[in-house]
Parts: sequence; structure tokens; C-alpha cells
Amino acid sequence: MDDAVLELSRISKHYPGHRAVDNLSLRVPRGALFTLVGPSGCGKTTTLRLIAGFEEPTSGELLLNGSRMEHLRPYERNLSTVFQNYALFPHLTVRGNIEFGLLRRGDRQMAEPVRKVLDLLRIAGKESRYPHQLSGGERQRVALARSLVLAPEVLLLDEPLSALDPQLRKQVRAELRSIQRNVGITFLMVTHDQEEALSLSDHIAVMNGGRLEQTGAPQEIYLRPATRFVAGFLGAINWMEDIGVRPESTRVSTGPAPPEARSRRATVRSATFLGKCYHVEVSFDGGAIAVCEVPRDSHMVSPGQDVHLWWRAEDEMQFPAASQ
Amino acid sequence: MNRLRFWCLTPAGALLGGLFLIPLGIIFAYSLLTRGPYGGVFSPLTWENYSRLADPLYAAILWRSLLYAVIVTAICLMLGFPLALFIARAGRRRNLYLSLVMVPFWSSFLVRTYAWMFLLRDTGLINSALLAAGVIREPLTLLYTPFAVILGLVYGYLPFMVLPVFATLERLDKSLIEASADLGATPGATLLHVIVPLSKPGILAGSILVFISSLGAYLTPDLLGGGKTIMIGNLVQNQFTTARDWPFGAALSLILMLVVMGLLVPLQRRGSEGLL
Repeated sequence: MDDAVLELSRISKHYPGHRAVDNLSLRVPRGALFTLVGPSGCGKTTTLRLIAGFEEPTSGELLLNGSRMEHLRPYERNLSTVFQNYALFPHLTVRGNIEFGLLRRGDRQMAEPVRKVLDLLRIAGKESRYPHQLSGGERQRVALARSLVLAPEVLLLDEPLSALDPQLRKQVRAELRSIQRNVGITFLMVTHDQEEALSLSDHIAVMNGGRLEQTGAPQEIYLRPATRFVAGFLGAINWMEDIGVRPESTRVSTGPAPPEARSRRATVRSATFLGKCYHVEVSFDGGAIAVCEVPRDSHMVSPGQDVHLWWRAEDEMQFPAASQ
Repeated sequence: MNRLRFWCLTPAGALLGGLFLIPLGIIFAYSLLTRGPYGGVFSPLTWENYSRLADPLYAAILWRSLLYAVIVTAICLMLGFPLALFIARAGRRRNLYLSLVMVPFWSSFLVRTYAWMFLLRDTGLINSALLAAGVIREPLTLLYTPFAVILGLVYGYLPFMVLPVFATLERLDKSLIEASADLGATPGATLLHVIVPLSKPGILAGSILVFISSLGAYLTPDLLGGGKTIMIGNLVQNQFTTARDWPFGAALSLILMLVVMGLLVPLQRRGSEGLL
């Protein structure tokens, strides 16, 4: 994590009556796929726009390869953005869109890099189409190609998968990952989809209310969340007083729980067949509800049945009271 | 559904048919007849009114009209595009600036043209001010010149350029401008390679409006040109008034219409095919 290509140091963006980004510090390692994740309005898109240069920070420093860049205009920063709506130029062909950045730089040798990026994104043969003649997936490839051909220091991606239909999304997600590995360019992606963040990223930064909640590798953040917010945002969680347990680590049994496990008595409210597992909802005496993902082959429970809810000590997540 | 569509067309269709196509037919019929001594039209049928257009005098007037219309359109574009861009980016003040563009329409075009006469004449405001300031010794000849005609036309038709251009600029997706800057384009390059190409529909619509209006103008050349810079609109007007040559006037106005159609139909076809 020592070689940071991009560094944000105490960056704030305040609007009248609203702190979109508040004292945010981040280090983006070179060559990583780094994801900024958080609920809508958490400041992640504003952060991306600050980095791209579309907005000016109220205070703080932005460093690219160790050099300050807050004062640089967007066209002076060697970064490139893939916009949420792709923002392809409708009056230019695929080739025209891809060559746009090279032409602005005054590059004369365009044929080779353009051919390479067309092959990489499997859009060769579509060079003379206009954006309105392309499918959603193809438009996204063109948007990626247009940025990647410039070999930016960091590629910024604003919710790159949100405009695609769900079937396509998973496929493109895997492809995005392999493209990133292939070109070795640092990707900084913004998303509100925790599954997307977990499955794609080398590093994740979770934001909430303009502030950074936690950064780390996906496993680290999912298994050892630093705050209640992070625990709840990245996946479902059952709260047993101050202890949180993920549904997939929560078990139900009709007989007594294993001796080393922690357990509580509960009553089954519902059991729903989800294909790969059962989704069992139980309630405690106090009325609180917990959910468990029960494997299909385990002993079936039915609503109204009294059961033991149990989990292992190592699956517990505990948070200091202050982190609420 | 088809029945409903038919009835939707009927009122406007009847109005256009009755008040446009029939008069057009009458004009065409007049253009083939012979003039009467005090106006009016008589037989026999003749093509002579059309062949008179070969007269260098009339051809010169037609050419001058086309030239003026092109110049006026070009100046309106050069003034109107930056203005439209400014208004489109004015944020909360946009509506204020837009209504300022339209304020002149609140008063009569005739009155505003007379106001220009008062400004431009030898003893007018401009010459008096320049004389008083000692910039000039003799009054400049401003009124009754091609300059005055073009100035008056630009003044009158500038809003017809600004409004359609503004409409396309306003709809322009802001992320395209950001994408352009993001890909390394300076503001000038973004203007040239993104904003101008994407506002072509507005530029085309504004140019057509200004061009047609200027080509057929007769009030402005009449008042500010003073008969020396007569345009085809004045020529048509003269035939129906002082010259009492209705058939020739009818032929002239049909020719004017054909010229406009000949210029614009290919343009619009290209526009609808997305080539512009």
C-alpha cells in the first residue's frame, strides 16, 4: 500500500448547508481496482468529481504521483472518467469517440493504439457506427475504450454497471476485472452496490455522510467491519444486543446447540425456499427478528416451532458503543 | 384512432387549404395574365411576366436580395451563437436574459425601424454625438445605405437566431462537455468539436428563419435603404402599388418562393438524414 498513485488528504467539499465530502483521506495503490462504496448521497460521486476536476475542493490536497493537482483543470489531469451515462459524443462514430482524446493531445500515431483498444474491448468492426446504433453493453465498451486508449494514470468509473440490465451486469463485472488486470491501469470505481464492490475490488473504501467509514480488502471489510454502519451496509446482519452475526453464520436447530456455540431460544416465523437454501426468519421473546440461511439438506423447521438459534464465537462482530 | 387523427388534421388543414393553397393558385393564375392600365388583370395568358426576370435590372435586385440575406444570416449567427451560449449558461438569470431578447417584440417593428432612422440620419443621435465629440467634422452618411439596411435586418431578426440556438444548447447534455474536458480538450476545443457540432440543428433552424425573413423583407430596405438599395420584397410591393403591374408582382413572388424552396429543401433533407 506504499506506492499510492492517487492520494486524497483531508479533502472537504462543502455546499451551503451541506457537507458533501468531509475531511476525507484516501490512498489509492498503484495498479489496484479500488472501489468507493456507500449509499446514495454519501459523497462518493462528489469525491470522484473532485478527483476528475469537475468540482473544486473546499479544502484539502489531491496528489497524483505525489504532485499536487487541485489547481489543475480537468483537461490538464492525466485521469479519465467513464461516466454513468457513458457521455459518448453522439455526432462522432465509435472511431471518432476513441480518437477524440488522442487528437486533443496532438497524437499523430493513432492507428495502433486504437486498434489495440478495439481488440481489447471486442468492438472491432463497429468503428463506423454511431452511439445510437449500439447496444447498452457496446456503448459501455466504447466509453471504456475512449478512456483506456489514453492510458491514464487512474481510470475513474462512476457507477459503470448501473445502466446495464441485470443479466449483463454480472458478465460485464467479470470482464471489467479482467480488463483491469490486462491493462494494469489503476481503476477507481464508485458504486452503491455492495455485492459489486465485494466481488470486483482489491480495496474498498466505505463512505457514509461524506465521511470515510473504513478501508480495506473486501474480506477484511466484510468479516471485520469497523463500524455498525459498514457491517449493515455490506450485508444483512442479525443484531443480538451489541453483537452482530451474518445470516449465513447463523444456524437453527430443533435440538440443543453444539456445546461450544453461543445460542438463544427463538420461534420460527417463516421458512422460505430460495433454491440453494432456506431463508428462515425467527423471533425472540422480546420481539426482535433474526434471519438465517439454512442449507437445503439440514433438518427442516416449520413456522411456530421453538428452536435454538446458534452461532460460533469467531463469527461474532462487536463494535464499541461509540461507533453507532 | 385513424378517425381521430383525421379530425385532428381537419381544422389546420382547412385553414391552410383555404387561406394558403387557394390564394397561391390565384397568384399563379394572375402571374400568367396581362396587366391592366390601372391594376387588375386581363387575358390573354402569357409567360411574358416570367421572361421579364431575365432583365438585368431585376436579376440584379434578386442577387442583391440573396447577398443581403446571406450577410444578415452570417452576422446574426456570429452575434447570436455566443449570446445563446451565454444565456444557456446563465443559471438562474437565464429567464431574465431570455425575456430581454424578446422585449423588442413587445413594440411594433415599424416603430423600431423609425427609431433607427432617427439614430442614423445626418442630424441623428450618432452623428450629433460624434460631431460634438470632435471625432468627425462632417456627418457620416449612415441612413439610406446598404449598411443601414443590413443593420436594420440584423437588429430585427437576431432573436430568430438566438432562440432556436438557445433551445439546442439548453438541451445539451452537460456530461458531454465534462467528458470533452476529461479527454483533454481545452474550452476552445470543446466549443469547436463538441458544442458547435451538437448545436447544428439550432443553427440550421435559426439560419433558415433569418434567411427567409431577410430575403423577403420590404419594410427595412424601404425605410432604411431609401429606394437606393431596393430588395425583391420592395420590387413585389411596387408592382402591386405604384407600378400597378399585378401579373409581374405575382410572378416575382412565386419566383421568390421557388428560390427559397430550392435553397432550403435540400438543406432540410440533409438535416433530417442527420447529415448536418
